[in-house]
Amino acid sequence: MASASRKPVAVTGSGVITSLGIGKAENWKKLIAGQSGIHAIRRFSTDGLKTTIAGTVDFVPVEPFCSADLGERMADIVVEEAIAESGIGAKGDFPGPLFLAVAPVEIEWPHREMVAAAAGANGAVSYDDLLRAASGGKFRGIHERCVMLSVGDHLAERFGTKGSPISLSTACASGASAIQLGVEAIRRGETDVALCVATDGSINAEALIRFSLLSALSTANDPPESAAKPFSKNRDGFVMAEGAGALVLESLEHAKARGAKILGVIEGCGEMADSFHRTRSSPDGKPIIACIRKAIADAGLTPDDIDYINPHGTGTPENDKMESLGVMAVFGERAASVPMSSNKSMIGHTLSAAGAVEAIFTLMTLEHQRLPPTINYQVPDPTIPLDVVPNTARDATVRHAISNSFGFGGQNVSLVMAREPA
Amino acid sequence: MAEAPRETWITGIGIVSCLGEGADTHWQRLNRPPPTPESDAFAPYVVHRLAPIELDKQIPKKGDQRQMEPWQRIGTYAAGLALDSAGAKGNAELLARMDMIVAAGGGERDETVDATILTDLRKAQNKGTFLNERLMSDLRPTLFLAQLSNLLAGNISIVHGVTGMSRTFMGEESAGVDAVRIALARIQAGQSDISLVGGSFNAERKDVLLLFEAGGHALKAPFAPVFERAGRGGMAIGSLGAFLVLESRDSATARNAKPLARLSSVQSDRVRRQPGAVTESLTKMWSAIAPQVAPGQVAVISGASGSQPATADEHAWLSTIPDLPVRATGTYVGHGVEPQFVMNIALASVALGHEKLFAPASGSEAAMNGPLTQVVVTGVGHWRGEGMALVEAAR
Repeated sequence: MASASRKPVAVTGSGVITSLGIGKAENWKKLIAGQSGIHAIRRFSTDGLKTTIAGTVDFVPVEPFCSADLGERMADIVVEEAIAESGIGAKGDFPGPLFLAVAPVEIEWPHREMVAAAAGANGAVSYDDLLRAASGGKFRGIHERCVMLSVGDHLAERFGTKGSPISLSTACASGASAIQLGVEAIRRGETDVALCVATDGSINAEALIRFSLLSALSTANDPPESAAKPFSKNRDGFVMAEGAGALVLESLEHAKARGAKILGVIEGCGEMADSFHRTRSSPDGKPIIACIRKAIADAGLTPDDIDYINPHGTGTPENDKMESLGVMAVFGERAASVPMSSNKSMIGHTLSAAGAVEAIFTLMTLEHQRLPPTINYQVPDPTIPLDVVPNTARDATVRHAISNSFGFGGQNVSLVMAREPA
Repeated sequence: MAEAPRETWITGIGIVSCLGEGADTHWQRLNRPPPTPESDAFAPYVVHRLAPIELDKQIPKKGDQRQMEPWQRIGTYAAGLALDSAGAKGNAELLARMDMIVAAGGGERDETVDATILTDLRKAQNKGTFLNERLMSDLRPTLFLAQLSNLLAGNISIVHGVTGMSRTFMGEESAGVDAVRIALARIQAGQSDISLVGGSFNAERKDVLLLFEAGGHALKAPFAPVFERAGRGGMAIGSLGAFLVLESRDSATARNAKPLARLSSVQSDRVRRQPGAVTESLTKMWSAIAPQVAPGQVAVISGASGSQPATADEHAWLSTIPDLPVRATGTYVGHGVEPQFVMNIALASVALGHEKLFAPASGSEAAMNGPLTQVVVTGVGHWRGEGMALVEAAR
């Protein structure tokens, strides 16, 4: 079997945006206060929709709205925060590669309507009309905006990352996968530094409707801030949200040599794909269990060493049930005494960004030795006899923490983090 | 890394395109003159349509087939061919620790729904309300799962049981290059023993033609070989699926798997496409590979898309290197964007297995008579992303 370096990797800078606000300080203050960023959607009409709430990021202006534009703009902001904190490189010259978790980019309805208008068809509009109108170079901007690599390419250009930027998707585990790719590249010795970014600004009518048609979303629209209820008996789905996170990863040697402040370390990564179903977990929970165990083993630890779990915790009946089963299987009798709180109760599910956003919040939990709560926890689920840090933040001793991310398509990734290198 | 990189073999290939499926079919067809793609359905655009495949052979459950759109079926099918070729199909122990990196775009849209909505949206009183109503009623609930980029990997896990790691790279041609690069780097460094890497592309879609035509990249009839589209460049997109099984020599030897070829190096790059940038990028990647190349027994399999100016720049750069026969396989299989680089590494393995290069497609390609021991694969994206690989005969 392969034997590779399992060295911990330092985090020397990070930046975050959620519906709670811009920047780590603002987000942490509100998380600890148990504040929700979920609100009624104002960006587009919600007439006729079952779900009318979300954690949209409305304070980053993008006019006219385009999901890829918002994703890119948020990525810019969090990368600036992360690079400034790490103090690495020079402006426009980041000394390492970019790993970007990004919602799949696609042509959006406003683009399509614009081309259709240019086609000027009198009767029914067809794709042949759109193609005719698109011919001749008037819509080159749509190509540059809507190719999959567009966000990554623009970030690489702006921040001067090195080599080919990797844009990736592992659905709702994407942010964690981006960090994992960075950790692996540093462990291979390919680079001393990596920029891991995750961004998702994809809340438009079609995106919301897609999840709604899969019955994945909470429909508890009123009041919006109470809709996300992870681990509660009355949980009824996740709440879509937007956000972005960026982390500067560095080999410990490199960070120490330049005297950088080490915010925390990624100690281990675990991953296990699930072959059971496109949207549901294997009923025996084996892939989730194996994923968590692999991450802990990769960190050179045992489950007894883990003091806090930042769960995927979406608030869907299925996820929370399977994740709890997995946690109980891995931690055994200790499970009920390992606190586990879901950031998504406050920020919603930031989808492609979630793994990175929540890794940053896990690092802040380690830094502050204070656990953000799971809010909206009013009706305990007797099948989930765990300490979800209900409704109120509290202090705790946290040496090692694990963050889980699970996604459609059987994607499971767990990251183990610590305050200081062992 | 203090230790030397582990030798990495290609122990399985799975390919399907307009030429048909499998190594033998592709070898035979590449030694005949290129067919002119039938393009009535997408006129005036030239599209290489997938040869008929029997899905049941690789995706036995009809329920699974129904859950996928064509791009996922093509990919899941090609992945199955690769696992068969590697002797890994059904080996639960091996598949449970097999890693996977897929290069994917986005899935098909429902073109009828789009067109109908666009037609009626023009007269809608309240556009937002109208769009909501129609999307809620017209979109098939499971279509989303057929569109999500990472659901090709998801389907491969479900149908074939590959459950080590699962990552999906997006980003057109560069997604394919980086998928192979990262899979190789992980094996070389001991982070993985065996990886399934590849992707698929369904070219028979007007929604994807729309994206490329907006950028001025879609080839309109008449068809011409990739290097003979001067003055009116463009991609003749092609439906294809291509997967490789990459494996450490140790892992392959332990299970008595034979190497089809050795993958020695993969380089990738990203430059802003200003004049001279592609040339500079190719020169830089070549300088990393050239020291390992023995003159006289090497050829290039180019992933040139046909789009300009990238294709002309690459062609000009290639012609500066003496004694280097070049084949642009896009002339035969079309341009499949994400999996193109993987397809060409697979075709390189096929040629190395025959110890010779296939015949020239046109007058712009030189014959090669001598033995073939190394192939340099290029992948210059139509708009961004550059890649280069060295594939060698395995001893």
